Amino acid sequence: MKELLIIAVGAAVVNNVVLSQFLGLCPFFGVSKKIETAAGMGGAVIFVITLSSLVTSLIYQFLLTPLNMEYMQTIVFILVIAALVQFVEMFLKKSMPALYESLGVYLPLITTNCAVLGVAVINVQKSYNVLQGTVNGFATALGFTISIVLMAGLREKMEYNDVPKYFQGFPMVLLTAGLMAIAFFGFSGII
Amino acid sequence: MITGIIIAAVLVGGVGLFIGLFLGVAGKKFEVEVNEKEIQVREELPGNNCGGCGYPGCDGLAAAIAKGEAPVNACPVGGSAAAAKIAAIMGQEAGEAVRMTAFVKCAGDCEKAGQSYDYTGVQDCKMAALMQNGGSKTCSYGCLGYGSCVKACGFDAIHIINGIAVVDKEKCKACGKCVAECPKKLIELIPYKQKQAVSCNSKDKGKAVMSACQVGCIGCKKCEKECPKNAITVVDNVAHIDSEKCVNCGICKKTCPRKIIL
Repeated sequence: MKELLIIAVGAAVVNNVVLSQFLGLCPFFGVSKKIETAAGMGGAVIFVITLSSLVTSLIYQFLLTPLNMEYMQTIVFILVIAALVQFVEMFLKKSMPALYESLGVYLPLITTNCAVLGVAVINVQKSYNVLQGTVNGFATALGFTISIVLMAGLREKMEYNDVPKYFQGFPMVLLTAGLMAIAFFGFSGII
Repeated sequence: MITGIIIAAVLVGGVGLFIGLFLGVAGKKFEVEVNEKEIQVREELPGNNCGGCGYPGCDGLAAAIAKGEAPVNACPVGGSAAAAKIAAIMGQEAGEAVRMTAFVKCAGDCEKAGQSYDYTGVQDCKMAALMQNGGSKTCSYGCLGYGSCVKACGFDAIHIINGIAVVDKEKCKACGKCVAECPKKLIELIPYKQKQAVSCNSKDKGKAVMSACQVGCIGCKKCEKECPKNAITVVDNVAHIDSEKCVNCGICKKTCPRKIIL
């Protein structure tokens, strides 16, 4: 149990997927304008990453390893991730059309969110078992959600600030992300 | 070796097959009914996804029309033909869609306007416009001729001819992409039928215009006085024709001492 907790805290905060590993930056900048959509994106990513790390761990342990097909991991993982994203898209379109609309193109783009494939590959590299892998996936996605919601909060406040003309829009957001990364650096060394 | 390849192929194929089946079942289960009209409307739209209507592509416009949020003639590219068909689908009368065309308000080509310095930077209007005096052209309002509008046009309707952008009226679909692209705000949409337009955007006073360009509007207001319909107004030293009032009489063309009403 303690070991799982260490994995979770490590993945969510210390090695935050966005702010210290720089994975999944596209939605981090793309959908962090409003807290609501950011949280929705975070929810979708949590769902996709948790499920995909579960499925990819299972496939790796019970399909690829016995068949000595470890080198096929990337292509199989991508297949699984793409299918899961497709499934999430269908699910959201049916049950939460408003969220589906506001996420827009970024929802199918979870497919190419490197954080998703990143987690699956990290699970393999650190040779986590299925449970550890799933916990790692969930915590990583939670870390993603934390940072994207924090970013959205900052950006909502930033709207009211008098930003110099050439820093308006993305330059300012990139600077903010850099400062956030430095702040998250404070967590390093905890584990 | 061969078995390895076969195992790999079967593995990926099997995973793919399983995923395909799973998605197929899920797709049936989570099917969302799409408005039938939306599909029909989408079929009538041109499908360039140019964004000229202000919606994200043709799918976006079709959804908005089907919901009644957008008028049936919202597509500037399809024109009245598409509008009529869409109106039939929606069970509405098609409003009269005036065919528009883009017009570049500058005639200062390489011979008529000079260069005040050599610009050798990135060959792009937006970049060049950030240089001193808003570009190397002697007239700081004129067309820079690096073709940002040409790159933006999805219909091959605008070209750089002798240093200035010229619109091919027949090919232009009035999607408005070039209007948004031009850093000098030189391009505007005018009715296709309007025969005269002022091909200058210089807000400088007469003497400065004279020294910068042979074909600049000096704001003499002759056209303003001569126009029988009071359709021309000179604001900030440049004449502008109100398309609603203009009756294509052509008096302004003859009056203009600089011959820049084309």
